[in-house]
Amino acid sequence: MLDTALSANDFLFLAKGAGMTIFVTILSVFFGTILGIIFGVIRYQLGPYWSAPLMIVLDVFRSIPLLIQLVLTYAFLGTVLRLGLSGLTVACIVLTMYTSAYCAEIVRGGIEAVPMTLRRASRSLGMTWAQDMRNIVLPLATRVALPSWIGLALGVMKDSALVYVVQVTELLKSTQILITRLQEPLLLLMICGAFYFLISFPVARFGGYLEKRWSND
Amino acid sequence: MIEIENVRKSFGTLEVLKGIDLTVNKGEVLTVIGGSGSGKSTLLTCINGLEPINAGKIVVDGTEVHAKSTDLNRLRQKIGIVFQQWNAFPHLTVQENVMLAPRKVKGMPKAQAAEIASKQLKHVGLGDKLDVYPGRLSGGQQQRMAIARALAMSPDYMLFDEVTSALDPQLVGEVLDTLRLLASEGMTMICVTHEMKFAREVSDRVAFFHQGVMAEIAPPADLFGNPKDPELQKFLAATH
Repeated sequence: MLDTALSANDFLFLAKGAGMTIFVTILSVFFGTILGIIFGVIRYQLGPYWSAPLMIVLDVFRSIPLLIQLVLTYAFLGTVLRLGLSGLTVACIVLTMYTSAYCAEIVRGGIEAVPMTLRRASRSLGMTWAQDMRNIVLPLATRVALPSWIGLALGVMKDSALVYVVQVTELLKSTQILITRLQEPLLLLMICGAFYFLISFPVARFGGYLEKRWSND
Repeated sequence: MIEIENVRKSFGTLEVLKGIDLTVNKGEVLTVIGGSGSGKSTLLTCINGLEPINAGKIVVDGTEVHAKSTDLNRLRQKIGIVFQQWNAFPHLTVQENVMLAPRKVKGMPKAQAAEIASKQLKHVGLGDKLDVYPGRLSGGQQQRMAIARALAMSPDYMLFDEVTSALDPQLVGEVLDTLRLLASEGMTMICVTHEMKFAREVSDRVAFFHQGVMAEIAPPADLFGNPKDPELQKFLAATH
């Protein structure tokens, strides 16, 4: 009933695109989260006044559309600094900064949600600031921040579709290439959407699972 | 020995401690009573350096608490404190709550810390709750866990800051029993409390604080039986 020119090879081509989407997302979310934690702790520790310069930089990443950031960064690093970075590298750098900017606020909110009295209790046991952070504050902040963080990770996954502007062929770009060739936009977009869903769904479920497990404590 | 000399402490323009002089000897049980805002809880948080002071000094076993050279994290290992809010670490089991500081602060091996934790938890009557998360415990049990957590660091001094004030009335008894047990074992304790009967029973001395001043200090029989300070007389009349 479904008369289509779509071949197994085309599916493989889409799967490769999906692989690229996953690769870019995992890398950016991983490093973006590490940076985000560092920025978030700095933001919390220094207070709004002293951390203002950092926050302004992060605000830039949050407020300029990703597409523009990608094109400008690519042009700047490539033609001005002549670093000769690949589009993929630029895509990962920009998405990492983009993730870290959002993550910093999530982390700060999580830290603020840990009651001061708990921190007093841990410090009164002789724990240092770092021990308190590592053993009490960050584990508890993680629980608070997890839903927002999952939302951020899924958002970055979908936003990573924009990296086609720096010549990275990820899932959506692969789909567009096939659409141009096969002229079957609806079917291909449906398949593309299904791929995105298959990537997101386990992440969202895993987040739900963790939340449920932690709420039993 | 804890020596407190002319300690003054302000929050902004409000002076909450107006020159406190007090010495607590090894093995002594001192209870501190007084109305709210009398500065009694603030004094405790100053003793282990959680709060800075504005004047005077506090010396614990020869170490000046607020001196710049003092390693507070080290000093706090010998001064346990338990707060009104029990502050259980909700992501750790009862045993892990108690094990955490011995492991991280003292660098104790896990097995040894676990053993100490279970010993201390049995001591406060929570031997059957080791693997439970604090959220499943009553307030009284959580408060006893907090006491075990402080004791696991084998402190020389224990400070109790209104540890029964946030508890339902029927849970107060079990926590006071734990304090009585510690007192009978010779622990040096400063207890800020509103439990007059408890203060009368366990204390070697009772101090009455009023508006940032230690208005009277005496053995319980004298302080309760023959109060001299007029504010103390009013306070006792109101609480009886």
